[in-house]
Amino acid sequence: MRFDKTEIALLGVGVALAISGLLAPGWLIFLLTVALAKGLVVQGVVMQMRAGMVSFGQGLFYCVGGYAVGMGGQFLGVSSAVLLLVLGVAAAAVLAMVLGLLLTRYREIFFAMLSLAFSMILYGVLVKGQALGSTDGFNVHSWGLFSGPASNPTMTIFYLTLACAAVVAFFLHRYTRSGVGVVCEATRENEVRVEYLGLSPRWILYANYVVAAVVSALGGGLTALAAGHVDPEMAYWTTSGEFVFIAILGGTGSVFAPFLAALVFALVRTYAIELVPNGWQMILGITLLVIIVFLPKGLWSLFSRKKEGAHS
Amino acid sequence: MSASIILETRGLCKTFGAVTAAKDLHVTIAPGEVVGVIGSNGAGKTTFINMVTGYLEPSSGEILFNGKSIVGTVPRAITRMGLARSFQVAQLFPELSVLDNLIIALAAAESPRPSFFRPLRTRAREARADAILEEFRLTAFRDARVTAVPQGARKLVDIAMALIGEPKMLLLDEPTSGVSVDEKNALMDTVMAAVRHHGTTVLFVEHDMDVVRRYVSRILAFYSGEIIADGTPDHVLADAKVRELVTGHAADGHSARKGASA
Repeated sequence: MRFDKTEIALLGVGVALAISGLLAPGWLIFLLTVALAKGLVVQGVVMQMRAGMVSFGQGLFYCVGGYAVGMGGQFLGVSSAVLLLVLGVAAAAVLAMVLGLLLTRYREIFFAMLSLAFSMILYGVLVKGQALGSTDGFNVHSWGLFSGPASNPTMTIFYLTLACAAVVAFFLHRYTRSGVGVVCEATRENEVRVEYLGLSPRWILYANYVVAAVVSALGGGLTALAAGHVDPEMAYWTTSGEFVFIAILGGTGSVFAPFLAALVFALVRTYAIELVPNGWQMILGITLLVIIVFLPKGLWSLFSRKKEGAHS
Repeated sequence: MSASIILETRGLCKTFGAVTAAKDLHVTIAPGEVVGVIGSNGAGKTTFINMVTGYLEPSSGEILFNGKSIVGTVPRAITRMGLARSFQVAQLFPELSVLDNLIIALAAAESPRPSFFRPLRTRAREARADAILEEFRLTAFRDARVTAVPQGARKLVDIAMALIGEPKMLLLDEPTSGVSVDEKNALMDTVMAAVRHHGTTVLFVEHDMDVVRRYVSRILAFYSGEIIADGTPDHVLADAKVRELVTGHAADGHSARKGASA
C-alpha cells in the first residue's frame, strides 16, 4: 500500500497531537477531544456537500450515536467504549439505510428540509420520553476502553478520539478519490450524464448518505463519552446548523478541513463566551461572514492557496 | 423482429397535453447503418431520441432494441444494453478536467457499482483515456477544466464519453450545433472515424444538409411529429414534401436552408 502526502501528513499531525496530549492542560485536552469528535460529524456533512447535498439534519446521527452510547451503558450494562461506539455506528447505519431510501429521492432545499425534519422528529421523541430523561437527557455510565471504568477517562477518550479521527480521515481521504467518491462529485455536477453513463445517481447518493451517517454517529458517540452526558439538544436544529456552519468554515478541500474548522469554531466560541457572554453568537456570525467574503472556499483554502503559490 | 434490425419503433406516440410531439412513428434501423434525422424546429426529432433513450416515456407504442422492449426502462439500463447517446448541449462534469470526465466514463463502463476504496484514477485508465484523447484529437485539453475548453471540444468529449462503453448503437443529438462552420466537418470526420472503428450503428440529428449528405446512408425526415420521408439522401432530399417543409427549395438541389434549424 502506497501513502500519499496527505496520508503522511495525517500521520504526522496525529503523532504531534498525541505528544501534545502529554503536555497540554486538561481543559485543552477536552476542547481538542470535542473538536475532533465534532470534526467527525462535520466530515459527514462535507461528504454530502461534495455530492451536492446539504444536510441540515446531521444532528440526527450525532444524537443517535450519542444516545446509543448512553443507552448501551444504561440499559445493556455495556462498559466497553469500543463496543458502545460500535453500537452507535450500527444504530446509525440501520437508520440511515431506512431513511436514505426516502431522502435520496430529493435534492437541494427539499433534501435539506427533510433531513432537518427527521432530526426534529427524534428531538420531539426524546423530549417526550421520560425514560431517557426528557429535556435533561441522562449521564453516560462509567466506561473503559475495553471494559470499565477507565483510570483516566479524559486521556483515554482523547487518544481514542484521536485514533478514530486519524483512521476515519485516512479512509475518507481514500474514499474521496475512490469510484464512489469521485462519482459523488460528478453527480453534483451533472446527474443526467451520470445516469447516461450507466450509473445510478441515487445509489451513489444513498451509499454516500449511509457512510456519512456512520461517520457522524461515531462523532456523536465519542462526544457522549467525552462529555459523559447526552440530551435531546444533540438532535435540535441549531446543533445541525452548527455542523453546517463548521463545514462552511473549513471548506471541502481536504479531510483536514473539518477538524481544523471544528477546532477554530471551539476556540472562537470559548473565547467569545468569555468576552461577550450574552452576545457570543454575534462574534460567531461575524466570523462566518468574514470567512465567506474573504475565503469562500473555507479556511482550508489558506493552505491550498499557499501550496498552489509554491507550485507556480 | 429480424436479426438484421437493431432498433425498431412501432406506432410510437408522445403527447404533451394538447401538443402531439410524435405521431405513430415506425422506424427500423439495421446494424451498421448511419442514419440522419432532419426536420424543422418542433418536428419531434429530439423527442424521438429522448423516448428511445428512456428520457421520456412514450404515450403509446413500442420500442425494441435488439428485439427487446425497452419502454419503461431507465436510461442507465438502456445505456448498459448498448444504446448510448450524446446531447444537443454537451452533458459533462464542468468543474472536472477533460481527463477526469473520460476516466469516470471508463470506470462506469467497467462496472455499474464503483468502488468505495480503490482510486478511480489508475494508470491503466489514464492510459486508455490518453488514447481516447488522441483518437478524438483532444490531447491539448487533457488537463483543462471542461468550462475552459471550446464548444467543439466539449461536443467531442460528450461523444467520446458516450462511445467509451462501446455501445452497439449511438444516438447523436445535433453533434455540430454550436460549432463553427469550419470545425463541423473536422468534428464529424473525427466522430465518424471513431464510430467506424467501433462498428457502431449511428443515428444523428443534424441541421446542416451538407453534413447529412456527406456522412449518412439514410435519412429520416420529420415534420410535425411525423416521418414524412425515409430513404437514401438523394431520394429524401429530392422529395418535394421534404424540400417544401424541411430543407426549402433550391435550384441546385442543395439545401437553401442550410444551417437553419431543422
